[in-house]
Amino acid sequence: MTLPSLNLLLQSILSGVFLGGLYGMIGLGLGLSWGLLRQINLAHFGFVFLAAYLCYQMSTAWGVDPLLTLLILPPAFFLVGAAMQAGLARFKITPFTSLLVTFGITVMLESLIQWGWTADFRRMASPYAERKFIVGGLFLPVPELITLGLAVVLAFAVWAALRYTDLGRAMRAMSEDAPIAAAFGINQKALSLVLSGVCLALAAVAGICLALTFTLTPTQIFAWVGVVFAAVMLGGLGSALGPLAAGIIIGVSEAVTMVVAAPSWAPIVSFSLLILMLLFRPGKT
Amino acid sequence: MRVVLAILAAGAALAVLPWMGASAFAQSFLYLLFHWTVLALSWNILSGYTGYFSFGHGTFFGAGVYGTAYLAGKMDWPFLLTLPASMLVAALLGVALGAIVFRLRSVRGEVFALLTLAVAFVLSTVILNTRIDGGPGIYLIGVDIPRIGPSPAASLYLLGLVACIATLLAAYGVYVSKFGAGLFAIHDDEDVAEVMGVPTYRFKLIALALSSGLAGLAGGIHAVFVSYVTVSETFSITVPLSVVLMSVLGGRRHWLGPAVGAVAITCLLYVVATGSYAVIGRGAVGLILVVVILAMPNGILGVALARLATQRRREPAGDPPPAPVAAALPQAGGVLLSVKGLSKAFKGVQALSEVSLEVRQGEILGLIGPNGSGKSTFINVVSGHYRADAGEIRFEGRDLIGREAHEVARSGIARTYQIPRPFAEMTVIENVAMAGMYGGGKSRGEALADARRHLTAAGLGDKAQWLPDELNLHQRKFLELARALAAGPRLLLLDEVLSGLTPTEIDGAIAMIRRIRDQGTTIVFVEHVMRAVVALTDRIVVLHHGQLIADGPPAAVMDDPVVRTAYLGKAHA
Repeated sequence: MTLPSLNLLLQSILSGVFLGGLYGMIGLGLGLSWGLLRQINLAHFGFVFLAAYLCYQMSTAWGVDPLLTLLILPPAFFLVGAAMQAGLARFKITPFTSLLVTFGITVMLESLIQWGWTADFRRMASPYAERKFIVGGLFLPVPELITLGLAVVLAFAVWAALRYTDLGRAMRAMSEDAPIAAAFGINQKALSLVLSGVCLALAAVAGICLALTFTLTPTQIFAWVGVVFAAVMLGGLGSALGPLAAGIIIGVSEAVTMVVAAPSWAPIVSFSLLILMLLFRPGKT
Repeated sequence: MRVVLAILAAGAALAVLPWMGASAFAQSFLYLLFHWTVLALSWNILSGYTGYFSFGHGTFFGAGVYGTAYLAGKMDWPFLLTLPASMLVAALLGVALGAIVFRLRSVRGEVFALLTLAVAFVLSTVILNTRIDGGPGIYLIGVDIPRIGPSPAASLYLLGLVACIATLLAAYGVYVSKFGAGLFAIHDDEDVAEVMGVPTYRFKLIALALSSGLAGLAGGIHAVFVSYVTVSETFSITVPLSVVLMSVLGGRRHWLGPAVGAVAITCLLYVVATGSYAVIGRGAVGLILVVVILAMPNGILGVALARLATQRRREPAGDPPPAPVAAALPQAGGVLLSVKGLSKAFKGVQALSEVSLEVRQGEILGLIGPNGSGKSTFINVVSGHYRADAGEIRFEGRDLIGREAHEVARSGIARTYQIPRPFAEMTVIENVAMAGMYGGGKSRGEALADARRHLTAAGLGDKAQWLPDELNLHQRKFLELARALAAGPRLLLLDEVLSGLTPTEIDGAIAMIRRIRDQGTTIVFVEHVMRAVVALTDRIVVLHHGQLIADGPPAAVMDDPVVRTAYLGKAHA
């Protein structure tokens, strides 16, 4: 093992931060539905990819600027999320049945994507793809900067909404004790619809960022599950800022491992971290 | 016994197929059915029976795959010899994991599921980066497959069949055993199971070892079946997700459920996912899963079983069994339980502070005090659920400090819960039989017969096949009592059995508690209903802010000014 140069190390830390921003962005919606709705929504990953492919389609085939899709896709996905919740609310859903049902939905989304865009690799050619800033010898690619910026802005927006708006307070009350919250006049059904819609809108934003920064293929859907779960658990279920912070920690630790050891060792850091967190979380049940 | 014979007969019938000219395709298709059946059933032994939902079954499967791949492919061990080795490696891995994880009360539910998932990633990374694989995968084409059958494919088919039969027998054996009953109790309420005498830690460990060992066996055989193993294929999310889906689809609560699910999904995948519409076929599988899980959350066999249970309930109950035989009358007066200087604090709140008291043979001791005075903590510490910070507890002269709750239960102490905590997915009679099996040390059959007697005595004789959810509060309280009694305790700790009952129901309960004492059981009676305390108790101790403030005959204690102040506050005058 040789020590890498300082520049290389800094560059890889930076790329870890960028990647972590994406982890955090995907984890944000996942953690919200997990912590506040008690649904482990595997389909979140499917919807992230669906949004990515739609963004790719709009940009490549119809020439829409990828950033403009931010105005189209999240509202559309909000409606999809609300509709999905309206359907699921008719059944008694435990965290585990939600996991299985949404796994089924993910499989459906995966085949939908494969049917529409084939299993080939797709790379979106956007006007931002090749742009980058160079600061002090470090490369700052624009798509990654956009991703990180959106991740930070959205995480803080959700955090503020949960903390300072009546809607957010109602959501937190509902997740702590639904029957009591209902007794105080909180309309649980409507809130769940909104929340589920918001989660999918966040998935759509994450999907657009994914299309900006990554090459797409449908089988990659499950590749993100483990590491994003780790970010969500590390950051705390239902927390808005936690997944982003944890995502960046994981991203950086992976990036550093890649440079210091070998790229293939990267997963071991984040997952060992996750295991230790799960085992020794102080005072939580 | 009939089931075992049926499994063996089916196995024998399938074993002759290769000699009857079954095609290579049929053999490999059946092999895949065996393969998934082994994986799903073995997952269910831990996760279905105990409720410790694992996403890490791929870890143990992968350990088996790479055990055989490394030993046979790189170290040139004979294939058959690698199978027990793979089993052992997987089981040891499971035990090592369980030895850490199962000690922690916080690692349950989703946390356990994620933890197992994370372990799979760590193991796969280690295998990928060390000499075990190193990156390129391992070819096993050159591995000699012993000629058990007429062709190498037939040999693998037969090995898969043997593994499948062994797993079916294991799953069934556990299901009908006392051990299995303990696992189901852990599923429903682990703390109560432990307090009733189930050695939960050891049971979980054994279940995990069995589960992971069988998965390792399946992995070992499968390595040679696929003949080229890679880390990404072996540890993909397919294995853990498939076994979960199969088990849930088939029904986790029944031993055969996962096998039904495995066959159904494997066949479904074959039918829809081959041919030109493969992509749409996969989507259809997803849709079917969604519909089935929403419509039948307990799985195919779960639905069938529920129907069966309703039928059984309609059948007339058998003859009322004979009344319980009274135990030998106790020699009154000796000290049964002695507690000295017992202290317990929670994050700075001193729940018990140097409490010393004695419970004498054959008495009913009333333990009273205002809310938050430490009564329930006292019961929780004596029954072993909480560990005491300091002090001494002796029961029949033996030291109980530091014993696990299940050991305390087996030494002859039983308790009830203020809010009844029955095992929700067991019938009323199974609930009571659990206590007989574990606290009372009876066999399954004896415990069931005994449970019927206790239910009749508690007035629940006609509700034996009901689920606890279908009982009202009064009946659930009596179920708690019957369950505590079925353990045959010499000391019974009753935690507010009367709260929430109507006056008439209280009268009935008082009569029953008196009968219990008359049959020789010593009772510690925590209660707020003063009428019952006065009617029943021989002696009263009073706790206040975790301290013992009075001890004596009921009338004297009630008149004690210190006790009055504790309950009513000081008069301002």
